[in-house]
Amino acid sequence: MDVIKVAFFVLVFPGFLFQFAMAAILEWVDRKLYARMQNRVGPLYTGPSGFLQPVADLVKLFSKEDLTPAGADKLMFNILPLVSLAAVCASGLLVPLWTIRPFTSFPGDIIADAYLLAIPSFALFLAGWFSSSPFSLIGATRVLTQMFAYEVPFFLALLTPAVIAGSWQISEIMNFPWWQGPWWSILLRLVAGTIAFGVAVTCLQAKLERVPFDIPEAETEVVAGPLTEYSGKKYGIFRLQKNILMYTGAALVAAVLLPSFHMGPVLGGIWLVLKTFFVVAILSVIRASFGRIRIDQIVVFSWKYLAPLSLVQFLVVLLLKAQGVALP
Amino acid sequence: MDKDTIWIPVGPQHPFLKEAAKFDFDIRGEVIVGARYQLGYNHRGMEKACEDRNYYQCLYLLERICGICSHSHTTAFSMAVEQILNLELPKRGSYLRTLVCELERLHSHLLWIGVAAHEVGFDSLFMLVWRDREVVMEALESITGNRINYAINTIGGVRRDINDEQRVKVLQMVKDLEKRMAYYAEIGTNEPTFVNRIKGVGTLPTEKAKAMCAVGPFARASGLDLDIRRDDPYGAYPDLEFKVITNDMCDILGRVVVRVLELLESCKIIRQLLENLPEGDIAVKKVPRKVPAGFALARYEAPRGEDCHYVRSNGTDKPDRVKVRAPTMANLEAAVESVIGSFVADIPIAIASIDPCFSCTDRTTVVLNDDKRGRKITTWEDLRKNGIEWYRREMGISLS
Repeated sequence: MDVIKVAFFVLVFPGFLFQFAMAAILEWVDRKLYARMQNRVGPLYTGPSGFLQPVADLVKLFSKEDLTPAGADKLMFNILPLVSLAAVCASGLLVPLWTIRPFTSFPGDIIADAYLLAIPSFALFLAGWFSSSPFSLIGATRVLTQMFAYEVPFFLALLTPAVIAGSWQISEIMNFPWWQGPWWSILLRLVAGTIAFGVAVTCLQAKLERVPFDIPEAETEVVAGPLTEYSGKKYGIFRLQKNILMYTGAALVAAVLLPSFHMGPVLGGIWLVLKTFFVVAILSVIRASFGRIRIDQIVVFSWKYLAPLSLVQFLVVLLLKAQGVALP
Repeated sequence: MDKDTIWIPVGPQHPFLKEAAKFDFDIRGEVIVGARYQLGYNHRGMEKACEDRNYYQCLYLLERICGICSHSHTTAFSMAVEQILNLELPKRGSYLRTLVCELERLHSHLLWIGVAAHEVGFDSLFMLVWRDREVVMEALESITGNRINYAINTIGGVRRDINDEQRVKVLQMVKDLEKRMAYYAEIGTNEPTFVNRIKGVGTLPTEKAKAMCAVGPFARASGLDLDIRRDDPYGAYPDLEFKVITNDMCDILGRVVVRVLELLESCKIIRQLLENLPEGDIAVKKVPRKVPAGFALARYEAPRGEDCHYVRSNGTDKPDRVKVRAPTMANLEAAVESVIGSFVADIPIAIASIDPCFSCTDRTTVVLNDDKRGRKITTWEDLRKNGIEWYRREMGISLS
């Protein structure tokens, strides 16, 4: 019976099928919001208000011809899409959709989750590297350069709530009663949390390679960056991976950095999903309001503003903790 | 080329190119150290085709040189023919022709701002600017009957008159657009991510611009004070008051500023034209079909720069020779030069900053067998041999 239960967890809820559905819905929300902000209508014809468009896109990609370039490393070229998809799906399992403990939960799962979220970027770099095309190569080096820029602030921002709650477990962090204690400690927690949330959302945008950080896949510059040589199913899997990454990344940020309350399994789950939608809406607004920046500009931006900002709030939290006042 | 330098081909098919052209860049890391270009993918032999058509048919053919500045080419051509025929245009006709010129400049510059925003990934600005470009297109449609190839020019004037209703409508449109354009000018010159991408990029110093014969907004943004509308006036321009916008920033930001201010200047010109529209004929009556032998060169300030048409006639109803020098031809050399030293990320916006139109400018290119540079022409026999070999190797089919 346990095998069936685990299989259900991994494949249906909160595993692959649920993640797939969430990814499709979030992509639709993102596209619709982005279109409305540009005075367009967005997807319209597939399903009610184009609701099924993300799924239709995927079906179309899966039915397309799938080519492997002659110069590419066959094995790496073919397994990398699956590796990155597996990584993001695994990271999605760690996000507790209810405030009681999910079956995969263990002390330190926030670290594991953050690392799993870093794998897709590496897979993308390797995919570009093994495609043996100049555009892929430039895109691949850009993926790596960009990763050095955003990864450290992202980790620091995610670890802030862990330090406040005194636990490395996502469900523990979510159950931490942040509203208790003297008013100024609540205020400081909120301030530190808000800064961390801003940094984390910015870094998540960079991780997802969306405007203004879509430097590795900048269409007008390097065609599709690391994915230039990918087509058909493999490209479809990369697309799916990116959408699930948007869901899991947003869900992780929403779980640890946006306020949660003791609501019980069902309400807690719905609350988390709502918070995820909120994070994705912010990501869409960022996407609509900026132009793409250059690779040197993102490194400067990240190390000049994001990293010091996250370090400062981390320091404040640590000092409070040392004084014993951050705890209720 | 040393071993640290890699070569990236951009084109003939590339997402940033709206038409086929080939650019080769040598890059070291992310910095461009060498750039070359090659044309010849869009050549349609229009100059030659003109020699088989009479002057009126030529107008419709030349209108199709370019989708954006279609009116520029017909105006330049008819100006050249009118010079040979010694025709004096009626006032109203020349005002209407100039009106379409300026509306075309509006829609061309709006299009360019959208394209520039898209090249640096600022798609929201692109969508919003193109929405407003639609307003200009509708105005053009109401005046001329067409959105792109207006077909309003004829030798000795224009073909359609406008009534008071259309006049009021276009005036209203200009009034609405001016507000919106001021807003885009604000965004285009202040939005930090956009400005950081274009400031100090693709720099072309004034002396270099002069030496490389740059024209149009591209040259004006490098501090060259050139404008055919003022320097060699034609149409209704002698009666109009307008400023020639120049800027000495010499970079892409300067080009954005010049184009945005020219938009506002064009709005002013359109208002003057419509408010002072004289009464009278719109075209010369009885234009002879046969043009006496002679030649003429017409210069015209197209949205992208100076457009030259040279026409030679031989006393028949067909031209002996038509030669088109579109502005992109003059600017391309300088644009490719200005890219060297910038980053790979700046290629699209730097090339796009001249508002290139390759179908305007395209020439035939002849490739010679060149053993030294490893360049070889693939002949028909070679292609056939390759095909047979490929099917034998990949599919196991013998076609020989």
